[in-house]
Amino acid sequence: MQKITREMLIEKAAALIAEGKVNRVLGWKNGEFSYDVTPALFESVEEMQKDFVFGDFCGANFSKYLVKEAKKDGAVLVFLKPCDTYSFNQLLTEHRFDREKVYAVGIPCEGMIDVNKIKLSIGDGLLSIASEGDTVKVETLYDGVKELNRNEVLSERCLNCKSKKHVAYDELIGEDGEVIDSNRFDEVEKLEKMSADERFAFWQNELSKCIRCNACRDVCPACTCEKCVFDNPNSGVENKAAANSFEERMFHIIRAFHVAGRCTDCGECSRVCPQHIPLHLLNRKFIKDINSFYGDYQAGEEVGSRAPLVNYTKEDIEPCDAVKGDE
Amino acid sequence: MQRIGVFVCWCGSNIAGTVDVQKVSEALAKEPGVVHSVNYQYMCSQAGQEMIKNAIKEHKLTGIVVCSCSPRMHEATFRKTAQAAGINPYMVEIANIREQCSWIHKDMAEGTEKAIVLGRTAIAKVQLNAPLKPGESPVTKRALVIGGGIAGIQTALDIADAGFEVDIVETKPTIGGKMAQLDKTFPTLDCAACILTPKMVDVAQHEKIKIYSYSEVESVKGFVGNFEVTIKKKARFVKEDVCTGCGLCTEKCPQKKVPNEFNLGMDNRRAIYIPFAQAVPKVATIDANYCTMLKTGKCGVCSKVCTAKAIDYTQKDEFITEKYGAIVAATGFNPISMDKFDEFAYSQSKDVITSLEFERLMNAAGPTAGKLVRPSDGVHPHKIVFVQCVGSRCSSCAEKGKEYCSKICCMYTAKHAMLTRDKYPDTDVTVFYIDVRTPGKQFDEFYRRAVEDYGVHYIKGMVGKVSPEGNKLIVQGSDLIANKQLKIEADLVVLAAAIEPDKSARPLATMLTASMDTNDFFTEAHPKLRPVESPTAGIFLSGACQGPKDIPETVSQAGAAAAKVIGLLAKDKLVGNPCVAHSDEMMCNGCSSCEKVCPYGAITYENKEFRGPNRTTLIRRVAQVNEAVCQGCGCCTVACPSGAMDLKGFASKQIMAEVDAICK
Repeated sequence: MQKITREMLIEKAAALIAEGKVNRVLGWKNGEFSYDVTPALFESVEEMQKDFVFGDFCGANFSKYLVKEAKKDGAVLVFLKPCDTYSFNQLLTEHRFDREKVYAVGIPCEGMIDVNKIKLSIGDGLLSIASEGDTVKVETLYDGVKELNRNEVLSERCLNCKSKKHVAYDELIGEDGEVIDSNRFDEVEKLEKMSADERFAFWQNELSKCIRCNACRDVCPACTCEKCVFDNPNSGVENKAAANSFEERMFHIIRAFHVAGRCTDCGECSRVCPQHIPLHLLNRKFIKDINSFYGDYQAGEEVGSRAPLVNYTKEDIEPCDAVKGDE
Repeated sequence: MQRIGVFVCWCGSNIAGTVDVQKVSEALAKEPGVVHSVNYQYMCSQAGQEMIKNAIKEHKLTGIVVCSCSPRMHEATFRKTAQAAGINPYMVEIANIREQCSWIHKDMAEGTEKAIVLGRTAIAKVQLNAPLKPGESPVTKRALVIGGGIAGIQTALDIADAGFEVDIVETKPTIGGKMAQLDKTFPTLDCAACILTPKMVDVAQHEKIKIYSYSEVESVKGFVGNFEVTIKKKARFVKEDVCTGCGLCTEKCPQKKVPNEFNLGMDNRRAIYIPFAQAVPKVATIDANYCTMLKTGKCGVCSKVCTAKAIDYTQKDEFITEKYGAIVAATGFNPISMDKFDEFAYSQSKDVITSLEFERLMNAAGPTAGKLVRPSDGVHPHKIVFVQCVGSRCSSCAEKGKEYCSKICCMYTAKHAMLTRDKYPDTDVTVFYIDVRTPGKQFDEFYRRAVEDYGVHYIKGMVGKVSPEGNKLIVQGSDLIANKQLKIEADLVVLAAAIEPDKSARPLATMLTASMDTNDFFTEAHPKLRPVESPTAGIFLSGACQGPKDIPETVSQAGAAAAKVIGLLAKDKLVGNPCVAHSDEMMCNGCSSCEKVCPYGAITYENKEFRGPNRTTLIRRVAQVNEAVCQGCGCCTVACPSGAMDLKGFASKQIMAEVDAICK
């Protein structure tokens, strides 16, 4: 269960709108189902009171929306969970929006629930989900109410949460947390231990599920190009749908390269993937390698930091040693 | 569509020997866009060039592919040929079918097939070529010499004598380098200091030369003619312009137990020191690792005795940024560490020393004032064994040592043996060698004098083991000519340790983007024809940083490097490379990735107005490339996430077309 409520956020937004500090608010509203929460722009307190929600399904990271919203007149209020603030800083580092036109309110997060885990656990007939402390009560069509342990249905990125600390905000609601020494690289290590053939088979299997909906790219806060290479006929890699298994793999590998060193590991790619491909593992492999080659680096931790891949220091690993490390 | 002419060169039998040139020109004639395809014995000859010029006119060619040697050899030739016939020189592409094909293939069919693929690749690229026009850039008329040994000194003097300003950066408190540590020099046996110190004084007094001693190169930006170098002047805690070099402080300093690196740790110096009497600049330096005042704040003796008031305990590292037109690397060498050669008992006995240590033992200014005694007990040695090739000429599979010959050891060992026998006729001298290499002027005569006139015993064979026993050293070696094993009881063993480039060379090469070989010696632009230039324009090589060298060779190479630098600095303008980056403003995100990776500082950002939807105006941050500064390295094109940044003449599209042509 989240520590803060919808009402607290609406109250904060109302105050900021009344003060004239902001003109509109980026927030969440319900989709078709209550667990199907979607980002929305609210232009008034009334709109918020009608549709605004906050709860265990508000995973969406609003940082990327600021690229567009900050171009408009007036200021926008954005609610940022700790992990969202890293994307926020990374976008500022890349000069993607005007900081002056954004009012950022940091909010604590108790982890978001992955509805797919609930569906897997209860089977068909999901009606509603309610969270109470560490238990999640799920009402089903066939079996009545089932109780689940909240930790068991948290999304992967929240189980391996890297930080409860906000690295950017204008004001905070609640108390700030700490950076967490998470086990997020365990899965990557498992992949590293595989033989090249096993690893190829693993990714072949995963990536063959891809339907090229582009959701991962569209949601990724690191993918904010004016024109994406996949939409640009001049790039030589443009395609709308993968024609064969080679292109299927290339799309995700090119994307992972494009966001390497800039990816904050927010995990939005895997959250939105309708095919449940663990795309975050590709990015995490890059992050892990960057950490081991150049020393620990967290994209978005500071605004203006020089990411190792676009920096040179005398201590940088020699390419031949980097290859050796991989053997 | 381009009208492409293909010209396949035989290069005598260099190419035609392993590539069927007729088949290549016939196959390439069928490629799309090719309207003319021929082969000829020597394309680079006057007649070959005329052939190209006539074909351009006759067939109205718009693009040229020459299948020949590496573009490093003749690209410029064929570009000029094309230009003379009225087409843009950058419409010429070279397919390297010699170095990358005929020379490495033995089978004609294979070689021919590959030559066709390489030709096809160049054709695919030229299809997308566009005419380019180079810009110009000015030349800063000042040179930087990195390293103040004999190589750096000579290069600096020669450049300065031609009227250009030169700065020397030396990491030690004084210039002079390894030569200042030597006793006598082969083959004439004149004293090293006697011939070096006048040059050091010349440097100090030259109005065009500035010495940054106790300094290091911190960063290098820019490109040929326009380098911007930041030099870190390490805090020496003595005001350089105030210190008179009287040396009183170095006598009064109570911290007496500092290993003296100038004497290779064979004696001690004070925490404040002047490395040797003829040091340039003659200025004291405080060693912060040992100074009690700097470490605990209690002492200050040197400050009290200094009449010039030159001591400044608060001094900080100083950073100086200066512009240069040319940079000379003269970082020199060091003997390798003997850690891995424990069979010679270097770490077990003080009486096993390296040749450079021997040099200090023989030197009048050395730890024993020139008296040859055993470091362990100060007793005069009666039997000395010299071991050559310690760590040199090792097999590539050995876990230690270098594959190359260190070149100077044969001669200095002969010198050491001869000097010992001359000064101490009662001392018996034996030299173990693999080969004695004396290919220099007066060198073999010198070696023979050691053997014939001075009675030095030369034994062909290697020493397998040295073991200390009591106050003696038992040397076990083989005599390959007599075919027997020897056991010699020696008082002193001298190891001719291999030499290796100074450790500062590798990080410096990275800063200079200069290439190195696997041993960390700087690579020349061409091993025979451009031996003192690095492949990186504006970077020159002087002395042992390029390969093992003795003093005469170092001095002549230093002069040659200076001549190249003078040739560059004498120019007022350099014609640039038109293959520079440019940014597609409509796609640029303004993310600054390219600006961060640009080694030349060629990229800036501008807030520009763009047309938005519905007659609105958008202000976007976009990258701008300064074409005069860009060197076309292409880093930005790789860093750019959106593909907005591209390189003229090497567009991503062109490279992809080449890859596609190869994979077809």
